[in-house]
Amino acid sequence: MTQSVAVVDYGSGNLRSCAKALERVALERGGATIVVTADPEEVRKADRVVLPGVGAFADCMRGLLAVDGMREALEDAVRKQAKPFLGICVGMQLMAERGVEFGTHQGLGWLRGEVRAIEPRDGLKVPHMGWNDLDVRAGDPLFKGLPTGTPMYFVHSYALMPGEAADVSATAEYGGKVTAAVRHANMAGTQFHPEKSQAAGLRLIANFLDWTP
Amino acid sequence: MLRARIIPCLDVKDGRVVKGVRFVDLVDAGDPVEQARAYDTAGADELCFLDITASSDNRDTLFDAVSRTAEQCFMPLTVGGGVRTIEDIRKLLLAGADKVSINTTAVKDPDFVRRAAEKFGRQLVVVAIDAKQAAPGRWNVFTHGGRNDTGLDAVAWARRMAESGAGEILLTSMDRDGTGEGFDLLLTRAIADAVTVPVIASGGVGTLDHLAAGIKDGHASAVLAASIFHFGKFSIAEAKAHLKRAGIPVRDPMPPG
Repeated sequence: MTQSVAVVDYGSGNLRSCAKALERVALERGGATIVVTADPEEVRKADRVVLPGVGAFADCMRGLLAVDGMREALEDAVRKQAKPFLGICVGMQLMAERGVEFGTHQGLGWLRGEVRAIEPRDGLKVPHMGWNDLDVRAGDPLFKGLPTGTPMYFVHSYALMPGEAADVSATAEYGGKVTAAVRHANMAGTQFHPEKSQAAGLRLIANFLDWTP
Repeated sequence: MLRARIIPCLDVKDGRVVKGVRFVDLVDAGDPVEQARAYDTAGADELCFLDITASSDNRDTLFDAVSRTAEQCFMPLTVGGGVRTIEDIRKLLLAGADKVSINTTAVKDPDFVRRAAEKFGRQLVVVAIDAKQAAPGRWNVFTHGGRNDTGLDAVAWARRMAESGAGEILLTSMDRDGTGEGFDLLLTRAIADAVTVPVIASGGVGTLDHLAAGIKDGHASAVLAASIFHFGKFSIAEAKAHLKRAGIPVRDPMPPG
């Protein structure tokens, strides 16, 4: 039976880009149905869940909570049923306890840590925009075939400050170490955009579809 | 380390590329999807579509071109030209644009950039500035494809736009555009050093040294070029190899598969 992947539609993000990248990978590998959905039941039924997101933390969290029953469905699918989960960009940041952007806002609280602004000091340009190399934790299933030194496409002004170093699966160097990817049990997230990172990004998506936590 | 970006730019009219690279093996050289795919394979770091459609009636052809391109290419796509309303931005994003570039509308209504950034996040708002030297060390902002002198000081304008919510500045020197004499490095550096957001240098590239100078001496984060790639004078790979030799970090694309 082919697996199904729910891409959560809560009015944020480049849903189409995400869905297209997933569809491309699924097509090449002969399996997986991609559903872009705002229906909590579809999220509960799916085998895997992807949460995209662009924009501000608070805006995205507000958008997610505005979809009736979506938070509960995510908690059920990801936390109770432990389905493989991938958060992308702000979708990853929302996994944190809180975001500090225009005040403090609660996140999903799936990971310890908080989301803070990257400070533009010493000539550092913000947003962190463009292709930056990853420093990858060896043996991570999501980075199979993607060694340290692989560039991925980033575009963000806020970064996740992890509460647990063990949750960080990749970093990038930008005025210090920036959290590039996280993984905790069945939950993974990337600050960069795999759907915009050409062959390397598609490889990460393929790894996600193969991943059995 | 963050890599310097090389961004080819395609002029799109009524959904077709009117000035693009002459890739030899394209099935349909006027189809933006074909061009984008070729640049994707060539290792371009981003792609820029500049819509030069004269009539606003034909905007739907742009949305269609953006959407077909986004389905095939998994690299960031910036679309500019004729963006007048929040609704225009929303439509372009839904079609698959990752960033939207705003020029004339920002000058007419400076608050538009703030509203766009609040609605969509600053990282996808690019403000395009067309600048022309008015006196030594002084450049004015032009609009309407370079026809109108606004009298605005380009450096002050760039700073204001970055503070209003621009996530990136696409800076074109009108004195150099199309000349092949190289970027206006004084202008590029004046603006890159004045703002904390990334600056894309544009206008005047004729040699690969010009690209390197834009990054090294102009302090730009990215370089945009059209004609040197259009006629196959240089390939993206040659441009990257040259920058690398100049000590500038660039991305070696991962081979597909």
